[in-house]
Amino acid sequence: MKTAIAIYTIWYRDMLRFWRNKTRMLGSIMFPLVFLAVFGSGLSRSMGMLAPGVDFAKFMFPGIIGMTVVMSGFMSGISMVWDREFGFLKEVLVAPISRVAVAGGKTLAGATIATVQSIIIMALAPLVGVTLTPLVVIELLGLTFLVALMVSSMGILISSRIKSMEAFQVVMQMVTFPMMFLSGVFFPVNNVPDWLAVLVRLNPASYAIDPIRQTVLQTVQLPPGVPGLSSLGLTVFGHTMTVWEDVGVVAVLAAVLIAAAMWSFSIQD
Amino acid sequence: MTEKNIISVEHLVRKYGKFTAVDDISFQVGAGEIFGFLGPNGAGKSTTISILCTLLKPSSGKATVNGFDVARQQHQVRQSIGLVFQDPSLDDQLTAQENLHFHAMVYNIPGSVRKKRIDEALKMVELDTRRNDIVKNFSGGMKRRLEIARGLLHYPKVLFLDEPTLGLDPQTRNRIWEFLLDLRTRENVTIFLTTHYMDEAEHANRIAIIDKGKIIALDTPDKLKDMVGGDIINLKTVDDKKAADEISQRYRMQATDGHGELLLEVANGDEFIPTLVRDLNTRIISISLRRPTLEDVFLKLTGRAIRDSEVSSMEAIKSHMRFHGRR
Repeated sequence: MKTAIAIYTIWYRDMLRFWRNKTRMLGSIMFPLVFLAVFGSGLSRSMGMLAPGVDFAKFMFPGIIGMTVVMSGFMSGISMVWDREFGFLKEVLVAPISRVAVAGGKTLAGATIATVQSIIIMALAPLVGVTLTPLVVIELLGLTFLVALMVSSMGILISSRIKSMEAFQVVMQMVTFPMMFLSGVFFPVNNVPDWLAVLVRLNPASYAIDPIRQTVLQTVQLPPGVPGLSSLGLTVFGHTMTVWEDVGVVAVLAAVLIAAAMWSFSIQD
Repeated sequence: MTEKNIISVEHLVRKYGKFTAVDDISFQVGAGEIFGFLGPNGAGKSTTISILCTLLKPSSGKATVNGFDVARQQHQVRQSIGLVFQDPSLDDQLTAQENLHFHAMVYNIPGSVRKKRIDEALKMVELDTRRNDIVKNFSGGMKRRLEIARGLLHYPKVLFLDEPTLGLDPQTRNRIWEFLLDLRTRENVTIFLTTHYMDEAEHANRIAIIDKGKIIALDTPDKLKDMVGGDIINLKTVDDKKAADEISQRYRMQATDGHGELLLEVANGDEFIPTLVRDLNTRIISISLRRPTLEDVFLKLTGRAIRDSEVSSMEAIKSHMRFHGRR
């Protein structure tokens, strides 16, 4: 009970800060928005259809949702480093609460914020010609929150070891950029050279983007005679991943990372 | 530990790699006492406080606060203490009230008394009219007062103050002290403070003077000052070195060099001055007499002034800055 209150308190404070600081909200969705606008509209015409009924903008849109979650999920780590630099972390560390609760609260807060930001992107669906039904939105919220938990715990794990803002930002870019570009946000992953195919399948973000894409594209009206869009899906050893299999991979990774973050954060000098 | 000692430290050592920041110190603090740690920056004050507050583990030795071991019973220790850090540790994007509310929640203050305690704390530091203002817009003194209010919110047995008035103007420092002294008489809370301001240390019932990780003296301010013996004469001459030689030959007395003037320890200063003025061949520019201060005690014990030690411990300050991160 005490731990639950502590987690809630830490989460609630981050929510307050997030709400007060709207520019930050804007900051982490600007980047995905630019990609969506520039690549989506710029490349869509010249690239034609990637699959029946799916042009490049439609293909990329679910990827951008995933990208937003990954980018803003890492902000949990930024927030932790920030607290350390501005002294507030000391107030938290001398409080009679466990470090596990601190790491847990911070991770949850980061995941919540990332999910809220992904909702903003989802709201743009009509712009790329995608209609999201309420059920699909609920499915997407569940997916994005799970992905956000995974990324957010990764952020907390890194911030427990890398303590200066400068260093953290460098590491964050070193981690997020390959995660973005090797995950199938920007291209279907089944028709790529072998070396790239291996990297894509080693990337946790691939298993995050794939179910989001499957869920979004189930709303696309397929022309008659087309069985499905599995050609755009992620395959591992020739097996096409289902949404539940992807969810399983992400859930296991999230559990491992959150445990690692809590453990690493609890080590005391 | 006896019932009266709220803090008990035995042979405490803390090392950072090869550097020994705290070198085998032992002391006790009684309940309701104001206990001061006085020393230059980098002497080991902050490290000791960090250990007592469970932020750092001791390399060896033992320390208890309110009867709980700081290494093994961290939660109980944390619940027993309030802290005001050297650097601000408020969330400056939240309001004063929200900062206190956060504290009340993580310190397990029951919901039924939470609001009452927060009101009380804000009134005590005269911030109740600013409760809904964002902390970022507060002055340094207001922030410090809010931190003191926060540190007391859960009724701790010991309040740790790490350089509580560092960087504040004299007027604000006085107000904070008035407030702390008043608080102690009312609440009977033990106050443990570190400082390198001499006048601030005077407020303590007992002072430990710490230098290079060791306690070199521990007593009441008056008894510490008695160690210096008699009065202090500050003497400025056209040639201090020559004057010092002359004094040591004529009166068998050691004149110490203190920043462009000479310091003399004498038993009856007011009687000695006329003799000195008459006898000294070196021309005197100015002469004055005062009671010894803690600065003189430090000087006598270490042969250095506290401010000299600070310049020479630039390295320690730098590592301190690294530890606390850039501001």
